Formats: sequence, structure tokens, C-alpha cells
Amino acid sequence: MKEILEIMENDARIGIDEIAAMTGIPESQVKKAIKEAEEKGIIRKYKTVIDWEKFGEEYVYAIVELKVSPERSTGYDAIAKRIAKFPEVISVRLVSGDHDLSLLVKGRTMKDVAFFVAEKVAPLERVQSTETHFILKTYKQDGDIFYEKEESKRLAITP
Amino acid sequence: MIAEKVQRIPPSGIRKFFEMVTGMDDVISLGVGEPDFVTPWPVREACIYSLEKGYTSYTSNWGLQELRDEIAHAVASDYGIAYSPEDQILVTTGVSEAIDLAMRAITNPGDEIIVVEPCYVSYNPCVTLAGGKPVSVATDPSTHFRVTPEQIEDKIKEKTKAVVLNYPNNPTGAIMKKKDLEAVADVVVEHDLIVISDEVYDKLTYDGKHMCFASLNGMQDRTILLNGFSKSYAMTGWRIGYAASTPEIIGAMLKVHQYTMLCAPITAQMAAIEALRNGREDMLVMVREYDRRRKLIVKALNALGLDCLEPKGAFYAFPSIKSTSMSSDEFAEKLLKEQKVAVVPGNVFGACGDGFIRCSYATSRDAIKEALERMETFLTPKG
Ligand SMILES: Cc1ncc(COP(=O)(O)O)c(C=O)c1O
Repeated sequence: MKEILEIMENDARIGIDEIAAMTGIPESQVKKAIKEAEEKGIIRKYKTVIDWEKFGEEYVYAIVELKVSPERSTGYDAIAKRIAKFPEVISVRLVSGDHDLSLLVKGRTMKDVAFFVAEKVAPLERVQSTETHFILKTYKQDGDIFYEKEESKRLAITP
Repeated sequence: MIAEKVQRIPPSGIRKFFEMVTGMDDVISLGVGEPDFVTPWPVREACIYSLEKGYTSYTSNWGLQELRDEIAHAVASDYGIAYSPEDQILVTTGVSEAIDLAMRAITNPGDEIIVVEPCYVSYNPCVTLAGGKPVSVATDPSTHFRVTPEQIEDKIKEKTKAVVLNYPNNPTGAIMKKKDLEAVADVVVEHDLIVISDEVYDKLTYDGKHMCFASLNGMQDRTILLNGFSKSYAMTGWRIGYAASTPEIIGAMLKVHQYTMLCAPITAQMAAIEALRNGREDMLVMVREYDRRRKLIVKALNALGLDCLEPKGAFYAFPSIKSTSMSSDEFAEKLLKEQKVAVVPGNVFGACGDGFIRCSYATSRDAIKEALERMETFLTPKG
């Protein structure tokens, strides 16, 4: 199962026959294992990594750091889950250090993002302060390098 | 003008093919005998750091003490054999240099060295240049390209000095199991021979563990163990490897090395230290990927009707093309011209390699798939 997952993590579109050929596990078993992983939520979803900027679509991303005061019984969970509901929010993480929650926010323009933070996030009761860092350029995301990839500079035939 | 010894060495079959490929566009190559990975970043980074710190000098002829310590440690923990880093390990510029040194250190004029074929292209020329006479032993799929003791014994004469073994093998991907090697060891003892064991692909052994020839009972003192970093750590361009044997043999090899090479490049030695200390994880990731490609390519080749044993090591598949009634050269040339897929004709690895082609799977899965589709078109009768 682990080997199948490792292969799929790098290529969500790979065929069952190919996974079977590479691992030596029969196709029927590969199929079963994938189905099981989907059902158990081990495979959460199949996604495509897109460089939108290259496509010509402008999106603005910002890392927004929040200081929040935790709640007595639920700690940070309640406020984090509340923030996670906004579709503008791509990710929400509790982090150590200077601030408490770190968000990734997506919008069409800088103004969009700034207003979203000012109007929707900052006024929340437990949020003490916000600090917005706009992302200017992505070099690497989810382990994928966005600039020219490094390739082996081999000759075509060697002994 | 040119020395006869050098004239006697035939032109390289690989070179001829390389020249055909050069200048052609859109070629997919299964002809490459080196990893498609770039050296793992931590290894490169360690080398850059060493340069920043000013490590740019010669080292001892033996190689850096730290590196020899790491090599001794690695061989001991992988194979349970102890070599003294003081006088039993020599750092060389790749296994290539070590092959040359080994031949020159042990060969008297006219001595015969048995070379098991199909094999890596350097052994025979190095024997010749050292003044010896290479004697071929042919292996084939009937023994899974494993050499048998009888085959070796058949070739032994008074002048026989040594046997060259290379498992996992380039080009066949064959390995030898412990009992196969032990049978060879008996012949080696009986006829008082040396074994030059090129184990540069040891880490690329699938479904099981590599058997080091020197680890067999009584064999350490009769073996010149050659290994390096090119294949396992994707470090071909660094030119770094090593030899391990008795103080007497290593001392003799050192003599040649010190007057011809002086020492291996210090930057490469620095990188090799890092590879042995912290490169294992990266290496295992590469090995897992080769393993997947291996299964893919073998299945596909057999499906094309090119009979191919499952290679148990290295990164080559060596299918038979006898069903096409073409010679290896013909097949490889036509395939290149018609479909722009480069493979290496088996006969460059010895006469018994004719009827086979070497397909390297040290290339991306997408390239392998595309190459095999083109081969299918090539093999489908036209009309
Ligand atoms: C069997 C064998 N030995 C030795 C070498 C050369 O290795 P190195 O790069 O360490 O000189 C190769 C490279 O293709 C090989 O296949």
C-alpha cells in the first residue's frame, strides 16, 4: 500500500496497469488498495498543480499571521475552524513563535485580500492582531520547483 | 608511429554509435550507462562548502584519511569484512582507474586474465595495455548470464593469473548468488588465482542483498575489490572510486597510481565523504525508482516479443533480439534511423553479446514508455 501511495503522490493520473507493472502487485489488488485508501480518507483528493501566473491569470496570495487569544475549553480550535470556513482562505495552521495562526489567503487583487482581512478576519472577537505578507513570487510549492528544472547533462550514449 | 599494443585495441563500438546519434534531433536514448539523477544536493553542497573553505590541494596518494576511514566502515558494515584504512584501501579516480591499476599491478607479459563476457568495455583493453592476454568466457541466458566454475576451469592454463567478475553486471543486469560465487571460489583456490571483482553496482541490487566476493570464506586475500560512487550516488562526473585488497596488492597499485594520477581530486573526495556519511537515504530513493522502471521495461520488452530475463541488478535490461533475425548492430542502427531510439548493440560487450541489445532504464519513465512505443512501431510488420 505504501509503495502505491508513494507512486500516486507524484502522479495522480498514473494508470492502475502501470502501477501494477512497476510494483509487481496484481492489478486487481492495486485497484482494491486504492479504493480502500479513498474510502478511509488516506487519499484525500486528486489535484493538479497549476502555475496560474504562467497561464496569464492573476491571483494574489498572502500569508496572514494572526495573534489570537485562545478559548478556555477549546483552545485555538474554535477560532481556527471559524476562519477555515471562508473560501478565500486556502490554509490555516497553528504555529509556534511570535504569532498563533498562519493563513494562506487568495484573492483577485491586493485590495481584495486586504479588505477581506480587514473586514472579515481582523474584527473576529478573539483576533488580537493581523499581519499580511503578500506573496511576490513562488519558487517552490508542494515540493515542486516552479523555475527551470535541473536536468542531468548526460551524453546520449555511454558505456 | 603508434605503439603496437595500442594499435591492437579495436575502435570502440560505443564511440561509433555515439557519433551516429550526435546531431540527430528528438532521439530517445536507452543507451546511457549512467544515472539520470543529478548528484544528491547534500553531497554537492558539501563539495561547495569544501571549496569555500579552501580545500583545493593535493591529498595523500592514498586519498584522504577520513574518506578511507569511511570506506572501511562502509565495507565492514555492508559486508562484514575488515580492511585497514591505512594500507588496504586506495582512493582512485573512478573504478575506471582502479581497473587499470589492478591489471598493471598483477600482470606479467603474457599472463592470461579471464574476462567473463558480456562485460563492461574496459576490461579487455586494460588487460592488453598491461601486457596481458584477455581470455573470454561467454555467458548466456541459459545460466542467467552467471558464469559457472566449469566455464572458468575450461580456460585455465599455466599462464592464467586472474579472473574479472562484475556482478551486478553491465550489460546483463545479472547477479551471482552466494552458492554460485562459492563454486567459483573453489576453482580460484585450486588454481591459485586472483579475482578482480568490480562491484560498482552493488547498491543497485533488487529483491535481495548483494554478495561481495571478498566476503566469501578465504577470498578476501585473493580479491581486488573495486567499487565507487558513480552509480550508487549518481556521481559519474566526479571521477571517484576505490580499490581494497591486501597491503601487498594495494601497495603495488599505489605505486602505479602515485606516478600516473598522484591522487584523486580533493573536491570529489570531499563529496564522497558526505555521500558515505549522509547519502544513504537519497541513494535508496533512487534505487526504489530504478526498481519500478526495471519492472516496467522488462514487462514491456517481453510483450514486444524480445525475450528478456529479469535483471536483478544494475540498471540495464538485456533482451534478445534473435526473433528478428537481425544482428545487434543492424537492429540498433535501424531502430535509431527509423524510430530515433538509441540502444547499445550487445556485441560491443563481447562477441557473445551479439543477438542482444542493452536498454538502460536509468532514464525517466516517460522516456522509457515513449521509447517502447516507438520500438513497437519498429517491430510491427509494415504493409
Ligand atoms: C561495470 C562497470 N565498471 C566500471 C565503470 C566505471 O565506473 P567509474 O565511473 O567509477 O569509473 C562502469 C561505468 O559504466 C561500469 O559499468
